Amino acid sequence: MTRRWLDAPLLTIEHLTMRFGGLTAVNDVSFTVGRGDITALIGPNGAGKTTLFNCITGFYKPLQGRLALAREGVAPVQDVDALTRSGSRHKDGLYLLERMPDFEITRDAHVARTFQNIRLFSGMTVLENLVVAQHNVLMRASGLSLLGLIGWPRFHAAEQRAIDKARFWLDKIGLTDRADDPAGALPYGAQRRLEIARAMCTDPVLLCLDEPAAGLNPRESAELNDLLLSIRAEQGTSILLIEHDMSVVMKISDHVVVLDYGRLIADGTPDEIRHDPRVIAAYLGVEDADEAAGVLA
Amino acid sequence: MPITRALREAAFAGLVAAGLAFPILTLGTELDQSNRLVLEQRWSWMAISAALVCVGRFLVLILASAPTHRVARAPLVSPALTRLLPSVSVMALFLFPLVMLFWLGPQGSLKWINNYGVQILIYVMLGWGLNIVVGLAGLLDLGYVAFYAVGAYTYALLSTQFGLSFWLCLPLAGLMAASWGAMLGFPVLRLRGDYLAIVTLAFGEIVSAVLTNWTDFSNGKAGIMSIPRVTFFGLPFTASENGFAATFGLEFQAIHRTIFLFYLILVLALITHVVTLRLRRLPVGRAWEALREDEIACRSLGINTVNTKLTAFALGAMFAGFAGSFFAVRQGFVNPDSFTFMESATILAIVVLGGMGSQLGVALAAVVMVGGTEVLRELTFLKEIFGSSFDPSLYRMLLFGLAMVVMMIWRPRGLISSREPSVFLAQKKNVSGALVQEGHG
Amino acid sequence: MENFLQQLINGVTLGSIYGLIAIGYTMVFGIIGMVNFAHGDVFMLSAFIALIVFLALTQLLGLTSLGLVFLIVLICAMALTALWNWAIERVAYRPLRGSFRLAPLISAIGMSIFLANFVQVVQGPRNKPVPPMFTDVIQVTSGGAFDVTLSYKQILIVSVTGILLLAFWFLVQKTALGRAQRACEQDRTMAALLGVDVDRTISLTFIIGAALAAVAGTLYMMYYGVVNFSDGFTPGVKAFTAAVLGGIGSLPGAVIGGLLIGLIETFWSAYFSSDYKDVAAFSILIVTLIFMPSGLLGRPEVEKV
Ligand SMILES: Nc1ncnc2c1ncn2[C@@H]1O[C@H](COP(=O)(O)OP(=O)(O)O)[C@@H](O)[C@H]1O
Ligand SMILES: [Mg+2]
Repeated sequence: MTRRWLDAPLLTIEHLTMRFGGLTAVNDVSFTVGRGDITALIGPNGAGKTTLFNCITGFYKPLQGRLALAREGVAPVQDVDALTRSGSRHKDGLYLLERMPDFEITRDAHVARTFQNIRLFSGMTVLENLVVAQHNVLMRASGLSLLGLIGWPRFHAAEQRAIDKARFWLDKIGLTDRADDPAGALPYGAQRRLEIARAMCTDPVLLCLDEPAAGLNPRESAELNDLLLSIRAEQGTSILLIEHDMSVVMKISDHVVVLDYGRLIADGTPDEIRHDPRVIAAYLGVEDADEAAGVLA
Repeated sequence: MPITRALREAAFAGLVAAGLAFPILTLGTELDQSNRLVLEQRWSWMAISAALVCVGRFLVLILASAPTHRVARAPLVSPALTRLLPSVSVMALFLFPLVMLFWLGPQGSLKWINNYGVQILIYVMLGWGLNIVVGLAGLLDLGYVAFYAVGAYTYALLSTQFGLSFWLCLPLAGLMAASWGAMLGFPVLRLRGDYLAIVTLAFGEIVSAVLTNWTDFSNGKAGIMSIPRVTFFGLPFTASENGFAATFGLEFQAIHRTIFLFYLILVLALITHVVTLRLRRLPVGRAWEALREDEIACRSLGINTVNTKLTAFALGAMFAGFAGSFFAVRQGFVNPDSFTFMESATILAIVVLGGMGSQLGVALAAVVMVGGTEVLRELTFLKEIFGSSFDPSLYRMLLFGLAMVVMMIWRPRGLISSREPSVFLAQKKNVSGALVQEGHG
Repeated sequence: MENFLQQLINGVTLGSIYGLIAIGYTMVFGIIGMVNFAHGDVFMLSAFIALIVFLALTQLLGLTSLGLVFLIVLICAMALTALWNWAIERVAYRPLRGSFRLAPLISAIGMSIFLANFVQVVQGPRNKPVPPMFTDVIQVTSGGAFDVTLSYKQILIVSVTGILLLAFWFLVQKTALGRAQRACEQDRTMAALLGVDVDRTISLTFIIGAALAAVAGTLYMMYYGVVNFSDGFTPGVKAFTAAVLGGIGSLPGAVIGGLLIGLIETFWSAYFSSDYKDVAAFSILIVTLIFMPSGLLGRPEVEKV
């Protein structure tokens, strides 16, 4: 198996540390996310997975560490160092996420995310949720809404394109017939899918999903796997996901990263992780490796 | 609810009322000749208030337990009516002054066009302006009246000091208020919910204090007098030869100006309305509503929330500025008394009572609240019942406050709580108010 | 120097009153997340109650011992104001609990308008002068530019405030009520599940807030010697500002915020101009919030994402 995350890293995380008061939620974590990979981030509850996501997407400012994202190709180390020294946030498609505010990370570096507790615009319709996600494209097309106010034709075309894109994703997640219903009225599984579709409407290169399968039934969970695989195949979006269901992790991921008490304890292919005794012990908190292996398989 | 239990609770309420009545109701304080306070005993008031509360509580309990309270859940205005009402009422409003004029004549119609028409429309416009900030963007602004004041003083000062015309000052007043909105908003819009509320409140108080005390600038408490009156695009409403009446071959009447003011505020309010409706369908308007729904999700979608809040804040302020300059040109004088916290509270109450974000609801609430207090002024016939020392206007604000409480309890989400989607694929379906969030800013 | 000392004394006196009112704001905000706009008017109401009870005791009952009168007035004002606030919560806020965040705010603004106008209607719009009491003063310094004085009233205000704050602090830190309050602050649903009577706790919060406001009202009436139905708004807004300045939700914050606002106001009036004392207080609030978004002692809010 090729190790894309070493050969073609999209996001390089180095020495990331995040502290809340006395609690070190993420402790000197370094790993890379491969371009085109589905990377799974696993670990027991409270391991710091969500905190790590929040650092990547700018919701928390990490205490320490560098998060370098290259929109295309492989960024040479000296370029990253040069950018770091220069003090600026980004240059030529290379972004230092720890320096950027949250909304710029999505808008400019094109990292999108979903939340562990679903955060839809519940009082807006499904379609509106997807159109709001295309805010920046539409703002540009409408001259910051000013030209749109006087019925600028270019805005109409752009809005039509936005609706078409929304329609595309509605088809993909099977919610076309609920497009005009409020997002808050959807069943739980549909809300999860809508949140993913909404994130995809920002045209991300990296999609971060925080426990997307939590609370889904087996059929929905299988559909979710298909959706993620097709996003990767058709949109070419790399995916970083937090997941507890090992069968999902084993089935769809190319690369697994394991956190425990804020530390990175293993990083490798699903097969390697499955047999890593540290993971077995730490992740399951059991001494009996056989029992643990049974669960992981 | 069983009668006995209702009776018991009613008796308890009566007892509490008796407790509350002591001593604030039962012992009146009067100044005697030597300017000393003496007590006046009126123990019967205690009995009366206790009895009233007791009966009232009993009726509420009995009526509330009847199945009628489910009706309150249904929309107040039926969807079909909601669709028709705006165009019908706009038409009716355009006809209103003319109909009144023909019906009641120039003297009789003045009160209706001015006290009801113009007065209510000012609040409709202010309500719609604040609706952008509170109803759409979900930002709690307790100092909205400050921007109204900025608009009013902009016109008052520019016209009296530099002789600028109203038609030039109107846009300037809007711009001035918008820049004040942006200037205040920029540092404070990062603040979370209730802190934003207190900062806007503080700002309103600062503006009012500055207007009161900086005499060189604003002439302090006395205010600015003899502000030039509105002209018909240059033609003054006077009996002179080049006045409005003479030019159009009409007989001069004071009501002409009032009617013109009515149409002016109507057009200004409608501009506010149309701009808001259009913006709701544009990216920035959708971002406002998204912001109200979930700010964190907005940021995760690449929306610059500070700028988005700033536009809402500045735009809301701009409309207050327009309304303010209208206020100045209508009154002919301004002083700080017109821009107190009470005004901000009234406008906010109109927005919340209307149903946050609903344009129609805000207009209805303005009619109810402002029209209602105007109606209270008319209750002079009560003097004949309670004797000539009885002044019904004293009870105006008391009832106004009480109405705010009662209406909130009756409809916490406002008169019209459902939300109209800004875009739809197959069919436009309103979103139930229960799903719509109210924002935390 | 003399001036500074005198202003310090005056500022602390005024600050004590603000602090007592601010506690009511902060406690209610802490427990139900609501800005109780009517609190300033509850304070004004309490000043009227104190005034009327005072007149009743001295004129109708002919009591002459000022100390005894003051004690009875204080207790009556606390009890009756507490009853009012209990009833207000019961009628105007409880039906709105758990609904829309702005609904109770509007209801409270309505209540505030109602209370002010109610007092105006039943007691009349004119200023109500109170016969001066505790008029003795202590000369702190003499022979300087002018004599610094500390009046008995000021001593009374600061010591009553201090004693009641200590008692109150004990109440919320050490008793079951305090624990229930803090539990409701953290998570009302959970507290209810664990057997805390949430309704009762909230009622008690309003009662305590009103009782402290009544102490402030009584002291205010005595200190300034005049009350008016419109006296609720400005001290109310100032006290609310104090609560926010100190960090809303924090009890020591409310007291410190109150003292700060009192000192800012007095010093500003003394050294610059009394016209802009409100502007000074509010500007300092805005600047503080810009740089310390949770106030002085408020817990910094890290958004849980
Ligand atoms: N905003 C915050 N403030 C304080 N502590 C936090 C915050 N966010 C997370 N934590 C703490 O950090 C640790 C890791 O949390 P989290 O990243 O949510 O874990 P996971 O997602 O792996 O279950 C937990 O102990 C949690 O309580
Ligand atoms: Mg998590």
